[in-house]
Amino acid sequence: MQTWSLVSLCVLLGVTVRWGVSLNSYSGAEKPPMFGDYEAQRHWQEVTYNLPLKDWYFNTTENDLNYWGLDYPPLTAYHSLICAFVAKKINPEWVELHKSRGYESEAHKLFMRATVLVADLLIYIPAVVLYCLYLTDGSSKKKVSTVFCFLLYPGLILVDYGHFQYNGVSLGFALWGVLALGLGCDALGSVAFCLALNYKQMELYHALPFFCYLLGKSVKLGLMGRGLFLLVRIASTVLVIFALCWLPFLSDPGHAMQVVRRIFPVARGLFEDKVANTWCSLNTLIKIRSILSSDSQMYLSFACTLLAVLPSCIRLLTKPTFWQFKLALANSSLAFFLFSYQVHEKSILLAALPVCVLLNDLPLMAIWFLQASTFSMLPLFLKDGLLVPYVVTSLGFLFFSIYLLSALEHCSEEELRLGAYHKLLFYLPKLDLAWIVKWKFYISIAVMAGLSVVTVALEPPPHLPDLFPVLVSTAAFLHFFGTFIYFNIVQFSEPPIRKSQKKTN
Amino acid sequence: MATVDSWSWFPALALGVSLLKCLFINAYHSTDFEVHRNWLAVTHSLPVSRWYHENSSEWTLDYPPLFAWFELGLSHAARHFDSDMLQLQNLNYVSRQTVLFQRLSVVFTDGLFIYAARECCRCVQEQKGTRDVLIRPSFVLAVLLLWNFGLLVVDHIHFQYNGFLFGFLLLSLAKHLQSRHLQGALLFAVLLNLKHIYLYVAPAYGVYLLRSYCFTQDGRDGSVRWSSFSPLRLLALGSIVASVCALSFGPFVYMGQLPQVLSRLFPFKRGLCHAYWAPNFWALYNTLDKSLAMLGVRLELLQEAELPRASMTGGLVQEFQHSVLPPVSPSLTVTCTLLSILPALASIWRRPRGARGFLRCLLLCALGSFLFGWHVHEKAVLLAILPLSILAVESREDAGIFLLLTTTGHYSLFPLLFTPAELPIKVLLMLMFTIYSFTALMKLYSGQGSLLRPLEVVYLLGLLAVALACEVAFPLTPWHQTLPFLPLLATSVYCSLGVCYSFLRLYVSLLRQEERPKQL
Repeated sequence: MQTWSLVSLCVLLGVTVRWGVSLNSYSGAEKPPMFGDYEAQRHWQEVTYNLPLKDWYFNTTENDLNYWGLDYPPLTAYHSLICAFVAKKINPEWVELHKSRGYESEAHKLFMRATVLVADLLIYIPAVVLYCLYLTDGSSKKKVSTVFCFLLYPGLILVDYGHFQYNGVSLGFALWGVLALGLGCDALGSVAFCLALNYKQMELYHALPFFCYLLGKSVKLGLMGRGLFLLVRIASTVLVIFALCWLPFLSDPGHAMQVVRRIFPVARGLFEDKVANTWCSLNTLIKIRSILSSDSQMYLSFACTLLAVLPSCIRLLTKPTFWQFKLALANSSLAFFLFSYQVHEKSILLAALPVCVLLNDLPLMAIWFLQASTFSMLPLFLKDGLLVPYVVTSLGFLFFSIYLLSALEHCSEEELRLGAYHKLLFYLPKLDLAWIVKWKFYISIAVMAGLSVVTVALEPPPHLPDLFPVLVSTAAFLHFFGTFIYFNIVQFSEPPIRKSQKKTN
Repeated sequence: MATVDSWSWFPALALGVSLLKCLFINAYHSTDFEVHRNWLAVTHSLPVSRWYHENSSEWTLDYPPLFAWFELGLSHAARHFDSDMLQLQNLNYVSRQTVLFQRLSVVFTDGLFIYAARECCRCVQEQKGTRDVLIRPSFVLAVLLLWNFGLLVVDHIHFQYNGFLFGFLLLSLAKHLQSRHLQGALLFAVLLNLKHIYLYVAPAYGVYLLRSYCFTQDGRDGSVRWSSFSPLRLLALGSIVASVCALSFGPFVYMGQLPQVLSRLFPFKRGLCHAYWAPNFWALYNTLDKSLAMLGVRLELLQEAELPRASMTGGLVQEFQHSVLPPVSPSLTVTCTLLSILPALASIWRRPRGARGFLRCLLLCALGSFLFGWHVHEKAVLLAILPLSILAVESREDAGIFLLLTTTGHYSLFPLLFTPAELPIKVLLMLMFTIYSFTALMKLYSGQGSLLRPLEVVYLLGLLAVALACEVAFPLTPWHQTLPFLPLLATSVYCSLGVCYSFLRLYVSLLRQEERPKQL
């Protein structure tokens, strides 16, 4: 079979699965008065279409910011505006100011789902295909397998097509950035990444590795010669892209500041709901939010995040290779997720993207983490009525990624890059670490499956209504923390020897 | 990836498609969903004697008794999901649990189909020395069967139990390919008592079993040797078939309800064509009649007022009155069907050519009755497509016919799903299956020339044009309001050309093989 036909089959299947998931319910369906993220996106279309641009981020009589006010950077707003134009053409009721609040219908759902799919087809899916074809090792069959697993990562599908969001856009832009950097087009990569950052501020999770990689590369080229030229070129590209995105808001500094305040709402507390990061998990033991003041919480989380990101970023600065860059992306996004302020459970998708990028290099660990990340959002999916797609896509992903990437066969200590652990654990008798990892994987999958079943099937005891969500988030936190440490250790051990860099089949 | 000789890819394919089926649980389902729910209620809450008399729903039980027993079995599982779906008076009852149960029942009973597909794949002749799993005939066949577009769409979106039923058919075919004729006959007898549409292919079974099983030896040139007739074998066959039928119809004969059951099973009151014309000969005939009538009115040979009010595909099952050409009666369709399959039957009687000759004859029976039958459903084309998959991975010529017939037949299923939300799914699944079948079969026969003749390529490209015109361009034109049936008409006429052509090509391949010395 030719590669093109296999790839097109993968893409078609990926799209079919996406559309299959989108037949299900979405967040806040038939739940007035606030509804959910679906209504938020629809509301933004309404606001951006009907109000002048200067009012988008301000609380006015026409724009009630307490009802799903815009809190994403300008590109999201522009995207909403484009969608709104299409919506207006199809059915003006969908974006009518005020009157369309909470509008729900089958046709509208179809339209909203289609906008997600169109964005994915334009941005995310091509990036995935090109990345896997050009920047992964192995035979063409192996590359196709990676495309398949990458496209079928359930977390992103369930959040975008079930819950309803446009993460594919920002993650897709970020992936275009990774792709461009991997192919050596540094300026284009920074363009793509700036677009990602201007679509969702959460892309800051990836910003430090991009910065460090490009800076490290410039330094390596010599800061007095070509490096400086590269640095200036990238810096000016970044400035131009930012200026273009923010152009309408720049005329008035106060206006721009309001946008920034909307984007970074510091008043919302250390964490919300049950999120699988350090603070929420620590909360079961110590009630941090009642001990520390709001400000010191912020400083504490800031300091912890910085400490957690620093090692991998310094390593990347000194060794700016693509391999280090990929690992640093995973490490940095995980560090942000685990320690930063005001984290949402969906933000784990930002860590999932770099791990997907590593699918081909570290299959078992990547699959393990990706499965855990999907699992960590279980309470969210249950709230949205996405149990069946959650079960189906998770099972499918787990089985096919392990099968196609031969994850369980390729897990010798060398392939799992566990060499450094031996050095760290020198005081212990010699252990078969690969065997231990494999068993830990089995047990963890069993625990995730068990907790999923229990959450669905059992009523929590009346005095502990949040028991299962807490258990889920704590279990997921342990996985994330373990992965964070593992990726850091891998980053500090020797890079892999590339056996078959350009072997084509 | 799996090593060459392992079969680990088969469970992977089966699991993958089963999971995909589960994703369509919330998709659109047709009235067949209510049909089967009602049958669950009928069989669960009424005594056997009332099954074929119950008519409080318009969807009365019109499958043979074994299927009713199957529904009774399902209903015992259904109780644990939502017992309200088993109430007779709960017409059009659609709860979340009901949908989940009914959908899952289709997915799980498809297990039989998966097993049957596995058996068929084992029977395929493997080419020696192919290292790549992806281009092994058994792998290709597994994908063509398990991921068949038509089955996915008809069973898991439109809603029916065809997978389960085709499981019986394929298993029976596999048994014949393995020369286990009695098991094959038993399975087919069971199948006939589950759904009588398979009567279409019964002539092929009858002739083949009689000829190849009851006669133990052939003449030197492959002709029948009368002296080798084995009455014992005929007795064994007959008793198997008779006992299955007795088990199924016996209770109703005992209760004196046989005429009632038969009147439910064969409702000739319905029209010549189904609401949406299946792409068969009568679709062409109707269209010719319609165009002649229009031409006649235009040339003032006919008076418009004298013409019967011919209703086109209006969406209801009703009679189509011909205005110029002679009307078609049920007996005429039966005659045409019999005439169309007679040469094929005669051919395998004269020279059976093993199980593959039988398979070819079965295909011709299926297609012949599809083309000329009374009130044929478009879904019946699957009866030809699925068995043809087996031949397609074994011979180059059949692969070409397969590509033509599946693409045409599958496209003719498009009008089944007309809801906008399912449009992407049907297009994507169709693309997937078509791309796969074309690339895989071309790779399988690479270096042996192209599979399709130039004219066939042109025809398929025309199909693409028809698809684009009907699904994309037509809704934008003003005719969308005044002539809503036009795309359906175009689809069924264009597809019927392809199906007729495939039928003829299959016939040619059967008769041409007769001239050659005996194969296999």
